[in-house]
Amino acid sequence: MRITVHLNGAPHTAEVEPRTLLSDFIRHDAGLTGTKVGCEHGVCGACTVQLDGEPVRACLTLAVQADGAHVRTIEGLTRDDRPLHPLQQAFHEHHALQCGFCTAGILMTLEAFLREHPEPTETQVREALAGNLCRCTGYSAMVEASRR
Amino acid sequence: MKPAPFDYVAPRTVEEALDALAEEGSRVLAGGQSLVPLLNFRLARPARLVDVNGIAELGVLRRSQGILRIGATVRQAALERSEIVARHWPLLAQAVRHVGHAATRSRGTVGGSVAHADPRAELPVALAALGARFHLRSRDGRRTLTADELFQGPLTTALEDQELLEEIEVPPLPAGARTGFAEYARTRGDFAQAAVAVVRTPERTTIVTLGPHVVAEPAADEHAGALLAALIAEAMPA
Repeated sequence: MRITVHLNGAPHTAEVEPRTLLSDFIRHDAGLTGTKVGCEHGVCGACTVQLDGEPVRACLTLAVQADGAHVRTIEGLTRDDRPLHPLQQAFHEHHALQCGFCTAGILMTLEAFLREHPEPTETQVREALAGNLCRCTGYSAMVEASRR
Repeated sequence: MKPAPFDYVAPRTVEEALDALAEEGSRVLAGGQSLVPLLNFRLARPARLVDVNGIAELGVLRRSQGILRIGATVRQAALERSEIVARHWPLLAQAVRHVGHAATRSRGTVGGSVAHADPRAELPVALAALGARFHLRSRDGRRTLTADELFQGPLTTALEDQELLEEIEVPPLPAGARTGFAEYARTRGDFAQAAVAVVRTPERTTIVTLGPHVVAEPAADEHAGALLAALIAEAMPA
């Protein structure tokens, strides 16, 4: 099936099978490897991207379901005029990443969350992060970075 | 792992969907948050997926003549954000906040959670406690089931292969009703280890636990049941 997905504002067209996952379309067909694949059953959150503005698991979305949709990945978080999104900058300054594998999914989750809850409590941030697993950091630095 | 190959159709009307479902080996794809993991593990290998997300009428959430009508593809996130639901059926708003995470609620559907019938799922518990009715449809006709009739066991419902859960109907709560929902899960967003929904009306008390399992509708032992329900409802009012 021929699909066109608007990835970070740019249309990307490819021939895919119905069973092609959006995560694989993003990484292999579009070559955007910032989005990671962890568990492939929706629990780790590493593959989280934004579909029409909402956080979704790319591993649980078929690429054909994103035909015509707007998908934003970690590569699309930064704006052209800045090297880093403020959230990325805060993560950098607070040491909120170590190996970085979970980071893309965390940032796509947090960016959407902070849009709806601009001044969250610590508990609210921790709950928002509950769907993204990190084995390195213990999350505290991420919480501090997002409350800044 | 990746899914085994399957055919894919995306009908625009319910009638088209029912025609597609009538073919052997077809399964409904709604939110995909339960089905796609099964596909990825190859625990499910349907010949064809019938993607119902493009059928506009299935995505409608509305209150009509006091009754809540939840279309099959209404997202869990829509239920979570709905002011109508928060105001008139706060039990649902409470329960849905415990379902998965924001990223799964943005795609996962209320109908899908019901049709999948995970024994530790929260929405079937809340819907059963509210006396919800489930409208099923196939090419051959329609039928309406109560929660008791629909949920038959873990991951098992009365839905036939060619049937589509079209709409969930939730009656209005009577005046003076109080409701509450509580769960224990190991982590936030995890399936519940234990959960309870309570609906207390002037006339009756309904307590539902995971399953969903209606454990008490005090008729014979009014006092004990009412006391238990009062304790639960006081502990977690909605």
